[in-house]
Amino acid sequence: MSIYALIVLLPLIGAFIAGFFGRSIGDRASQIVTCAGMAGALILSIMVFVQVALGGDAFTIRLFTWVISGDFVVDWALRFDTLTAVMLIVVNGVSTMVHVYSIGYMSHDDAKPRFMAYLSLFTFFMLMLVTADNLLQLFFGWEGVGLASYLLIGFWYHKDSANAAAMKAFIVNRVGDVGFALGIMAIFFLFGTVSFDEIFARAPEMVGQQFSFIGIEADALTIAAILLFIGAMGKSAQFMLHTWLPDAMEGPTPVSALIHAATMVTAGVFLVCRMSPLFEYAPLALDIVAFVGATTAIFAATVGLTQFDIKRVIAYSTCSQLGYMFFAAGVSAYGAAMFHLFTHAFFKALLFLGAGAVIHAMSDEQDMRKMGGIWKKIPITYAMMWIGSLALAGVPFFAGMYSKDIVIEAAYAAHSTIGQYAFWMGVIAAFLTAFYSWRLIIMTFHGKPRASAEVMSHIHESPNVMLIPLYVLAVGAVFSGYLGYGYFVGDEREAFWGASLFVLNDTIEAAHHVPLWVKLLPIVVGLVGIGFAYVCYMFFPIIPAISSSLFGPIYRFFYNKWYFDELYDRIFVKPSLYLGFGFWKAGDGNLIDGVGPDGVAGLTKDLSGWVSRLQSGYLYHYAFVMLVGVVIFITWYLLTLAG
Amino acid sequence: MLISDIQTVLPEIFLAVVGMGLLIYGVFIGDKSMRQVSWLTVFALITAAAMLYVFGSTGEPEIAMNGLFISDAFAHYAKLFILLGAALAVVMSVDFMEREQIIRFEFPILILYASLGMMMMVSANDLMSLYIALELQSLPLYVVASIRRDSLRSTEAGLKYFVLGALSSGMLLYGCSMIYGFTGSTNFDAIAAAVAAGGVSTGLVIGIVFLMAGLAFKVSAAPFHMWTPDVYEGAPTPVTALFAVAPKIAAIALFSRVMISPFGEAIEAWQQVVILISILSMALGSIAAIAQTNIKRLMAYSSIGHMGFALVGLAAGTETGIRGVMIYMAIYLFMNVGTFAIILSMRQQGRMVEGINDLAGLSKTSPGMALALTIFMFSMAGIPPLAGFFSKLYVFSAAIEAGLVTLAILGVIASVIGAFYYLRIIKVMYFDAPVEPIDDDMPRETKAIMAVTAFVTLFFFIWPSPIVDGAAQAASVLFGG
Repeated sequence: MSIYALIVLLPLIGAFIAGFFGRSIGDRASQIVTCAGMAGALILSIMVFVQVALGGDAFTIRLFTWVISGDFVVDWALRFDTLTAVMLIVVNGVSTMVHVYSIGYMSHDDAKPRFMAYLSLFTFFMLMLVTADNLLQLFFGWEGVGLASYLLIGFWYHKDSANAAAMKAFIVNRVGDVGFALGIMAIFFLFGTVSFDEIFARAPEMVGQQFSFIGIEADALTIAAILLFIGAMGKSAQFMLHTWLPDAMEGPTPVSALIHAATMVTAGVFLVCRMSPLFEYAPLALDIVAFVGATTAIFAATVGLTQFDIKRVIAYSTCSQLGYMFFAAGVSAYGAAMFHLFTHAFFKALLFLGAGAVIHAMSDEQDMRKMGGIWKKIPITYAMMWIGSLALAGVPFFAGMYSKDIVIEAAYAAHSTIGQYAFWMGVIAAFLTAFYSWRLIIMTFHGKPRASAEVMSHIHESPNVMLIPLYVLAVGAVFSGYLGYGYFVGDEREAFWGASLFVLNDTIEAAHHVPLWVKLLPIVVGLVGIGFAYVCYMFFPIIPAISSSLFGPIYRFFYNKWYFDELYDRIFVKPSLYLGFGFWKAGDGNLIDGVGPDGVAGLTKDLSGWVSRLQSGYLYHYAFVMLVGVVIFITWYLLTLAG
Repeated sequence: MLISDIQTVLPEIFLAVVGMGLLIYGVFIGDKSMRQVSWLTVFALITAAAMLYVFGSTGEPEIAMNGLFISDAFAHYAKLFILLGAALAVVMSVDFMEREQIIRFEFPILILYASLGMMMMVSANDLMSLYIALELQSLPLYVVASIRRDSLRSTEAGLKYFVLGALSSGMLLYGCSMIYGFTGSTNFDAIAAAVAAGGVSTGLVIGIVFLMAGLAFKVSAAPFHMWTPDVYEGAPTPVTALFAVAPKIAAIALFSRVMISPFGEAIEAWQQVVILISILSMALGSIAAIAQTNIKRLMAYSSIGHMGFALVGLAAGTETGIRGVMIYMAIYLFMNVGTFAIILSMRQQGRMVEGINDLAGLSKTSPGMALALTIFMFSMAGIPPLAGFFSKLYVFSAAIEAGLVTLAILGVIASVIGAFYYLRIIKVMYFDAPVEPIDDDMPRETKAIMAVTAFVTLFFFIWPSPIVDGAAQAASVLFGG
């Protein structure tokens, strides 16, 4: 057993100590233990990255056998290849920063050890997910992060909205997980194993295999891949299964940064990349991935335009960026998808933590309409938000530009209908991204103060324990694109990725040879978007009001998130409630209780009253009953025995 | 009459003579002698019980009086509990009668003669002695039911009991005459021989059914139970306590002997009827009791139900079945005497109360009483490890052994339904707020009886062999083993 197993175990140990002994060892000790565990894991992760990704020396640690049931054998094993190494850097890097940041952010909370324990527990599950050597172990991590997400969204369990959001996240993810579980079963059915190596080795043999799924004879690999992708859609909040992500902002902001921006929501992208040898042989599934990704990118961007909650804007932005990653994967540009995942983790975590600093400064205010005019009071946070937004908008030389451009170029280079669709959606979404990013900055920091005087008087820069993580992430947001470009999608990509990604048609190579206008377009629309935001919100603040009344229906459509919540409420939630209510009242209450216990009891009581009334008190009734009894007994005998 | 006959019948003769002596004594002294006469009666009953074992310890069947009278282990076992039940009823009555101003020295003497009748019932070996014994038992009971002459309810109870009792005696006699007509004898052994030789004719079966109707009336089994609630409610409570125990044991014992000894070969002829009576009694006892608000009426239905359960054992018609019946009756005695000890003490500011709701909050005002009553109620509901569970267990397992699975299942269902009203009493005692506390002035003797019976009910399972072995011996002697 290698020392690298500690990468996974350290967070678990931290969670265990802080979770079970947090009360006795105290807040400070819990924070130190969990942060130290994360720091250790981060250092080891960097070592792994150097050895595996840069050194090209992938390895697997077998821990022990988990399940043996007939042909079904599953090991606990930690797989370290480049894909995993990248994720390790992302997960442990962001998680460590978030752990440190939380010391400051949660300083007023009563349950610090619990929070730290949950964070570390989440990290453990996430690491299990990315180091998994087989689908079942991946599923273990997958469900584990879902659990941790549920616990953290509902961390402030005294808030009804937090509980509701936690449940919503869990339930919507369940829809995706059904698909994922079915996908695993389909793969086991096809391959007879859930181990990645064996699946990947035999994937080419399975091309053209058919099997029957819910009565439809279909291509087996396509079905399996689509089912897996449904799981990914749930976890990564893709179009139609995205509704839980904005609500998940009920959780504390560090949680949003870690889980709902940098790590857990990218698990779906990771899954698709990890299963690239499978998806490559299922082109239809890839098209679906690209289509859903592109649609999500544009959909979430339009909604992000209209929201007023600072965290929700960033949440929709995350949703949109995840869409980019998916359509990159969908056009076989897995390297680009992972590159965007990598850079996005830094600048989106930065944005979230920056937003957290703003919220912290504004006495827990999240509505941008009640902010404004604070940039001079919190200049460092303001600068950090600028860096994050510049990266997000894809302004040249910031990380986002490198990754977003290659994604969009790859879509164009795919030369397919879906690719074109994704390309144009990506470009429009890039414009919208820049626009809403500066809308956020201007509304939050500029203009006249719209908060109360009391709140304004309390505004203060965050403590260093919160700022230092911001600096670290800002460095990532600035340089990760430039530094990573060559490895992830540039000339060294084949050596870098090694066997961990598999492509039939190298879209990324084609992406490097697209026309110049394609390369420039995302940057141009990004800059135009920024300028447009300045015009609308800084110089002529009347414009948004006019346009929202002018395009009332469209505005309301966007503002209400395309009415997805209402739609689901009508289609799924209400009918389920009615059905449940019906089963409860009519089925259980009236039928089972009514006929069963209550009915029998009632009947017995009625009978009792009836029998008691027979007891009339009149002698001749009594005598009559006795005589009738004798007559019946004799008749009975004569009929049954003598007859 | 031989000397050995006298020895066999000595306990009965002793009781008869003592009864006459006490009567003369009472007439001389007057009603104020009641307390003395009562205790002397108790003493006489206990002495008679002792004599059973001194003079008939072998348990082997001894026939006396030209075949009219039989003394065997079965009779001894039943008589022991009859005498115990009667003695306890007398003990509990003394204080009560004085308080209620029903001071009549005849009362204990009547009970003594009724007990004599019961003893003769279980020793009857001939239809003639059976009838005589039954009437000797019944007549004093009619009188004691209406002992409170100035109470409308008491006299009504006595009268009802008398009229219906007469009707049942008529049926019984009619059955006897049919049996005599079809077998040519009134002696049990001769009837048994006739049945074995000549089979069962329709006329004989009609005779058996009429005989069973008379006996079922005495055990207050449905549908011959109608008198029970009214008489239980109307009669003074010590009389009810007596009714609930001693005559039931005697009647069930007689029922068992008549069915097994002379008609054992004709089991097909009566088994169906016993099953039917048993089911009806169990169902009625369980269901009708739920609607009751008066605890004495409730106990009436409870006893109807218990007779149904006991008859399950008889319906099996096997040795284990009869053993079950005898165990059932012994345990029934302890549970019922204990419960009535409490009912007898239900007074609010010196006034008798009989409502179930008057027990509200008993757990707070008289925790000891509440605990004892809880034990009895749980036991009657058949909750392990209390004695009442085992009594049901023995009869049900006997029924299943005999292939009467449906009967056993119906019995268990009835027992579940019945559990409701037993548990309700516990609920009322423990969870309802007291309206008016029950007086805490239980007489010493009653308290002792309550404690001992609760103790026996609670710890029966630790040392069950006295009751179980006795019952086994009693049952085996009935089957000629």
